[in-house]
Amino acid sequence: MTKERFDFKDYIRPRFFPHMWCPGCGHGIVLSSLLRAVHELGLDKNDIVITSGIGCSSRISGYVDFHSLHTIHGRALAFATGVKLSKPELKAIVPMGDGDALAIGGNHFIHAARRNIDITAIVMNNRIYGMTGGQFSPLSGSGKKATTAPYKTIDREFDIADLARSAGATFVARSTVFHAIECKDLLKKAITHKGFSVVEILTQCPTYYGRKNKEGDAIQMMEGYKNNTVKIGSKKLEDNPNLIQRGIFVEKTDVPEYCEAYDKIIQTAMKGKA
Amino acid sequence: MEKGKTVKHLIDKEWCKGCGICIHFCPKKVLAFDEQEKADAVRPEDCIACRLCELRCPDLAIQIIEQDGENEQ
Repeated sequence: MTKERFDFKDYIRPRFFPHMWCPGCGHGIVLSSLLRAVHELGLDKNDIVITSGIGCSSRISGYVDFHSLHTIHGRALAFATGVKLSKPELKAIVPMGDGDALAIGGNHFIHAARRNIDITAIVMNNRIYGMTGGQFSPLSGSGKKATTAPYKTIDREFDIADLARSAGATFVARSTVFHAIECKDLLKKAITHKGFSVVEILTQCPTYYGRKNKEGDAIQMMEGYKNNTVKIGSKKLEDNPNLIQRGIFVEKTDVPEYCEAYDKIIQTAMKGKA
Repeated sequence: MEKGKTVKHLIDKEWCKGCGICIHFCPKKVLAFDEQEKADAVRPEDCIACRLCELRCPDLAIQIIEQDGENEQ
């Protein structure tokens, strides 16, 4: 039932708009990219379930007109695992913030990746806890200012792509909200991929992260994404190895998907002695 | 813009929060702030319908519609 022209009003709950995100917050661009990806894939709204936890990013589940579950902090992947096992025909998409995914929900994240369950995890990485007032997150990195780090952080940050790869995710990609078309294309691939997919999207929090770390407003932060990221394996990395790489890091199809493997166990058990 | 085609910028002023992302990244400088600090298409005739504003609008407030026919002056 795809209409030729994309109109996001076909995919949202307009009564909740204008949304609650701050002016210039990148999360709206992630929402827009996700809706475009769903439109271009021609998916039916009833075939998608969005599960989210707590945080600015997790408000996305209220804005989309799909099946949606707004659950508890860090546990969105656990809820999505339950939904997916009972209704494997649904496309499960889990938008999370960096803190939600990797601090509060860090354990769920690595175990969902290890199981290779067919869920698309979108990590909207703004490097801070925005909703609760700008506390530093496991993605802030060292030497950054936050409400809870007035003298700068000393904690190192995770590399989400490396972590997801090591934990066993079979699709791992990264993009930024500046690269909105790339973002949409990676989301399309992640949603289509059978297995656990992780898409990290760098998104600006001008209100807390940008202001506290003197990175300027939303526009300057997006210019930063343009200047400080490169495609995987770009020659620019030879001159500046600190540039953040964008693109697909892992795409494996030879690992069994969890729901299918579980179905096989059910079949084996049913054949056993009653 | 292509001959015989015009571009209409549908901007929802209620949804626009005036972050200025669309204005800054427009390659043809079609957009500017209006008196209420919301995005406005001030030079629609220069628009090449690249849709970068629509793609990057965090408020989902812009839609670009290509139409046949001359610009409304």
